[in-house]
Amino acid sequence: MSISFELRPEQEELRRLVRQFALDKVAPRAEEMNHRGEFPVDLVQEMGALGLFGLPFPEEYGGSGGTYFDLCLAIEEIGRVDQSLGITLEAGVGLGAMPIWKFGTEEQRRRWLPPLARGERLAGFGLTEPGGGSDAGALRTRALQDGDTWVINGSKSFITNAGTDISDFVTITAVTNQDPREITNFVVPRDTPGFVVGGGYRKVGWHASDTRDLAFDDVVVPAEHQLGERGRGFANFLSILDEGRIAIAALAVGLIQGCVDECVRYAHEREAFGKPIGGHQAVAFKIADMQAAAELARNQWWHAAWLMEQGRPFKRQASIAKLYATEAAVTAAREACQVFGGYGFTTEYPVGRFYQDAKILEIGEGTSEVQRMLIARDLGLPRA
Amino acid sequence: MRIICPVKRVPDTAAKKAVEPDLTLDRDGVEAVLNANDEWSIEEALRIKERTPGTEVVVLCVGPEQAQQTIRKALSYGLDGAIQVSDPGISGSDASGIASIVAGALADEEFDLVIMGNQSSDARTMLLPAMLAEYLDLPALTYCTKLDIDGDTVRAEREMPGGHQVVEAKLPAVVSVVEAINEPRYPSFKGIMAAKSKPVVVKDLQDVGLDAEMVGLEHAWTQVLEVTPRPPRQAGDKVEDDGSGTVGAKALADFLVARKFL
Ligand SMILES: Cc1cc2nc3c(=O)[nH]c(=O)nc-3n(C[C@H](O)[C@H](O)[C@H](O)COP(=O)(O)OP(=O)(O)OC[C@H]3O[C@@H](n4cnc5c(N)ncnc54)[C@H](O)[C@@H]3O)c2cc1C
Repeated sequence: MSISFELRPEQEELRRLVRQFALDKVAPRAEEMNHRGEFPVDLVQEMGALGLFGLPFPEEYGGSGGTYFDLCLAIEEIGRVDQSLGITLEAGVGLGAMPIWKFGTEEQRRRWLPPLARGERLAGFGLTEPGGGSDAGALRTRALQDGDTWVINGSKSFITNAGTDISDFVTITAVTNQDPREITNFVVPRDTPGFVVGGGYRKVGWHASDTRDLAFDDVVVPAEHQLGERGRGFANFLSILDEGRIAIAALAVGLIQGCVDECVRYAHEREAFGKPIGGHQAVAFKIADMQAAAELARNQWWHAAWLMEQGRPFKRQASIAKLYATEAAVTAAREACQVFGGYGFTTEYPVGRFYQDAKILEIGEGTSEVQRMLIARDLGLPRA
Repeated sequence: MRIICPVKRVPDTAAKKAVEPDLTLDRDGVEAVLNANDEWSIEEALRIKERTPGTEVVVLCVGPEQAQQTIRKALSYGLDGAIQVSDPGISGSDASGIASIVAGALADEEFDLVIMGNQSSDARTMLLPAMLAEYLDLPALTYCTKLDIDGDTVRAEREMPGGHQVVEAKLPAVVSVVEAINEPRYPSFKGIMAAKSKPVVVKDLQDVGLDAEMVGLEHAWTQVLEVTPRPPRQAGDKVEDDGSGTVGAKALADFLVARKFL
């Protein structure tokens, strides 16, 4: 297909719908939810009713029959007013439901996917361990086969959506052989004996998103909870992250655009030295730079998502999108707080919250260093 | 039961409006949306549909090619089909012209109820429901805040200054609704996708039994002579207090008394 930057009519309509929902329902509560660390089950379920949690899945599995691109459009618009809810959507669909869709058998899809796709339940993606996230192949969690069952022991760190009132299960990676390179995925339901969901972290941002540490102490799951082929677990999870990078880039673009929204308004209202601060070039240029970053980053995630939709290689473009968008988001949030002066250091305006929320974007789903490693590798540079 | 929901494509109220040299609105320069009041009529029609199995709701829109987008939006709420009346001769029609076009489009249609918003956010004449009822020779129940259908009767509560009125009419009837009637739902993505394949019947002036001599800017009964944008808001009065609270409070009270708020 030739180059086109035009969304399909239903994508435009989706974007408008999510924007409206975010302004009507999310924005008025964002600060309070963040302050109280409240996970908004009601908003998640309303988003479920809009079809957002089922965007990339077919209707027969409870989905809405859209695409991953559509999902990213929705994540950007939610993230534009509330990053916590944005990551809840991103992780809910991209990390929670996607492994079932991509690697599940027909029976597993029918059993586990519909409640997730309808936004009624959530699932977690358990890759990172206390020992490390970047080197996620160096696992300590083990699963031993015992007749028709698997016995899992180990622990996971920082697992999003694992401990909400509507969390159903986590999919995890575990070593399934003497050879630690044999890694397999399992579905572990929340109520399985021996599976303990920790109390959460005192985070710098994303306060209204759920993040848990998990412990598995002789957790027994039946053989039909094995997800995907034995030994393919690590590669499968990495492929989930390849796509996830596009979604995190979209979330970061939402943050940058949210900073622009707030700054443009404030720069008209606030006066200093006899004129609106937006009339001072130093302030205006900051906001212009933010918009430039938002558009560049958006073009990059659109490109990566488009390649993915075409079935073409997209990993490098996804890494570039994630790297650029998230670093630009940290800069935008810092500068947005600067535009707001003292009020930028309060939580009275969203920019203070964006500042707290921005940093994790450079860390989760592959740090900036990891993205640079992947891009360098793709260029054929010698491995470290 | 068959319900018709006439809807209008209007410029986004949040956008700055521009006016063409002939004093009609520049509709290309701004983003167009579904008239907000029509979301209430659609919601009400959907609620009746949910209560009354076998109900079909059809959206009707008088508007050019681009109005397809508005029609798809209306359909995305879960309506069943659409009628669009599109003709170069329609441009610039006033309320009476549009009412005669809608009436013409409905002449061959079977329906029990027409539900519409009480006004459009751009023209704001509030005339269309009453004119349409007149042209169709049907009862009009306007400014409704509650609707009940009972057999062949529609019962409505109407907003009145200082209270409300309960009125009743035999079907078919034309009803207009106001904001208090409901809180409209959001469409879902599935609804958006489904809207793409819903049938839209497009008609021109001839199809609805009119010709260009009867409608359009030149044949409007009313003529817009001048359009002046609202002057920018003046700076307000600042009330200074000396720290005691009484000086400021008195100034505020005086201000409110002077404007008969107190
Ligand atoms: C709020 C939150 C939510 C999360 N949600 C999830 C989730 O749902 N599921 C999940 O599995 N994980 C999740 N994570 C974990 C996240 O993906 C990891 O924190 C991240 O991948 C980094 O891993 P780490 O914390 O172990 O850091 P480390 O891997 O220990 O890295 C430490 C530092 O060293 C750098 N580094 C490491 N290796 C190299 C190298 N070879 N070359 C150069 N630099 C290197 C890193 O870039 C980083 O700067 C979440 C984390 C947070 C904070």
